[in-house]
Amino acid sequence: MRSRQARSPGQKRFGIGRVVAFAVLALMAIGWLMPFLWAIATAFKTEEDAASDRSWIGSEGPTTDAFGAMLSNGNVWIWAFNSLWTSLVITLLTVAISALAAYAFSRMRFTGRRWLFAVIVAAIIIPPQVLIIPLFYEMLAFNMVDTPWGLMLPQIVAPAMVFILKQFFDGVPVELEDAARVDGAGRLRVFWSIVLPLSRPVMAAVAIFVFIGAWNNFLWPFLVINDTNLMTLPIGLQTVIDAHGIQYAQTMAQAVLAATPLIVVFLFFQRQIVKGVATTGFGGR
Amino acid sequence: MTATADTPLTRATPRPQPATAPAGRNREQLVSWAFLAPFLIAFALFLVWPLAHGLYLSFTNQSLTGAGGSWVGLDNYREALTDSTMWRALGTTVLFTVVSTIPLVLIALVMALLVHRGLPGQWLWRLSFFMPFLLASTVVSQIWVWIFNPDIGAANAVLGKIGIGPIAWLQDPDVNLYAIVIATVWWTVGFNFLLYLAALQNIPDQHYEAAALDGAGPWRQLWSITLPQLVPATVLIVMLQILASLKLFDQAYQMLIGLSTDTTRPIVQYIFESGFVGYRFGYSAAISYVFFALIVIVGVFQVTAMNRRRSMS
Repeated sequence: MRSRQARSPGQKRFGIGRVVAFAVLALMAIGWLMPFLWAIATAFKTEEDAASDRSWIGSEGPTTDAFGAMLSNGNVWIWAFNSLWTSLVITLLTVAISALAAYAFSRMRFTGRRWLFAVIVAAIIIPPQVLIIPLFYEMLAFNMVDTPWGLMLPQIVAPAMVFILKQFFDGVPVELEDAARVDGAGRLRVFWSIVLPLSRPVMAAVAIFVFIGAWNNFLWPFLVINDTNLMTLPIGLQTVIDAHGIQYAQTMAQAVLAATPLIVVFLFFQRQIVKGVATTGFGGR
Repeated sequence: MTATADTPLTRATPRPQPATAPAGRNREQLVSWAFLAPFLIAFALFLVWPLAHGLYLSFTNQSLTGAGGSWVGLDNYREALTDSTMWRALGTTVLFTVVSTIPLVLIALVMALLVHRGLPGQWLWRLSFFMPFLLASTVVSQIWVWIFNPDIGAANAVLGKIGIGPIAWLQDPDVNLYAIVIATVWWTVGFNFLLYLAALQNIPDQHYEAAALDGAGPWRQLWSITLPQLVPATVLIVMLQILASLKLFDQAYQMLIGLSTDTTRPIVQYIFESGFVGYRFGYSAAISYVFFALIVIVGVFQVTAMNRRRSMS
């Protein structure tokens, strides 16, 4: 992702406009980083300092006590592990079933194609929050309340992703696939060995967004999971607050720890994420 | 639209597949449905069925405990339409949507315009503005509950220095919705910022070059090229933001846990509370459909407005 470097002839390299723009931008960036930096500062304080001392480093000096206390709670590790594996499974299943369906809509002829696709596009507008009551009822009937499958399965349906992938496949020239099919390759084979490698960037974008959504999802896991050992990180951390009441250093320590994995993901995949927002636009939220 | 199976004549070599056309078409049908099946099964089980069953439940007095379940006709809807709590929740949701959408679009626009100037430190700007979007609602709520703490929070400490406050950010029913707006803007503005940044990069350079030749300065270029070119992106971003803001729940619920939310209960929270706290699944399903109707009306209105704009230009 590159920005417009070209300056108009009248614009100087260190013109007043650029200096002002830089200053405003820097102020906004500081404003945006500040809440998080303050959380980090609090996490390195003692509980006493956190509750009384408003300087960046408390009077008792920096300490990792809060992190230690947090991590010695074995549940945090279980929750992180649950978040990781359920988010990965959700991502894998969502991308797999969405890509197969999108490919069929893009390349194949079958009865009812048009209206079926219209139904799926219309379904993009359905807010998941509207479905919580009947979905919970359904999970009761399936005996899936308080199980990982009950947590994951309702999250794998993403009509927006089918739409995005279909749009992408429509733009891929069909000639390569035709050649392979003439040579006798079946649809699945063509999909696997020709189409998928060509679509790596859009797949990555979709996968990253599904993963972030699953990792951070609150409402559904909160409703369907009750067992402490099955909780994901956001739900588990919420129970700690309820139980402990106010322990600010520890609370901020866990906020910082819970945020770290996704910030690392962002630093690694910055390019894909920035592009992904542009391609998946409305699917991302 | 590609038609690989139906145009064998355009191929250099005949297809090796079964010769007769009907058989080939049947096979194509079969393969298509095999590709579609996994998604369609999930779609039917976890989206279509719940949507239909929810509608049915909204006409019953089903309870979470399993009791009830008999048909009550329109009773739930009749109750909802005269339920002042429901109306207040709808009002809160709409107010939040209006008050949050404006800064979420304007601040994102300013951020993108500034970052797009190509100043040094691109990755740092993007990280600063987008990073909060990656955080779970739990984490966001914890950080802002801490900042908004009336006695020892950073917000009142900063305001105290310039002689304002102290403000009971989350405890004061007249203020807490705005506290949630502030946290939400911080949390999600980065997404709109990236959408604007992508839109800015799609403006062809020639426009600027031509304007520069005509002697247009930076401000003139901003007003006569950049902003008009951003209109379609802005329409899209506003639409998405309104639909996202209407779904307010996670951060509002978590920031106000243990506090009175009578004046700040979003409609999604009322759905959750009637169903899972009050155990009234039937009534909760009815409110869900009132909320869904609101979303559909807003969505249809947006699409028609967009089409009208397009047909006019």
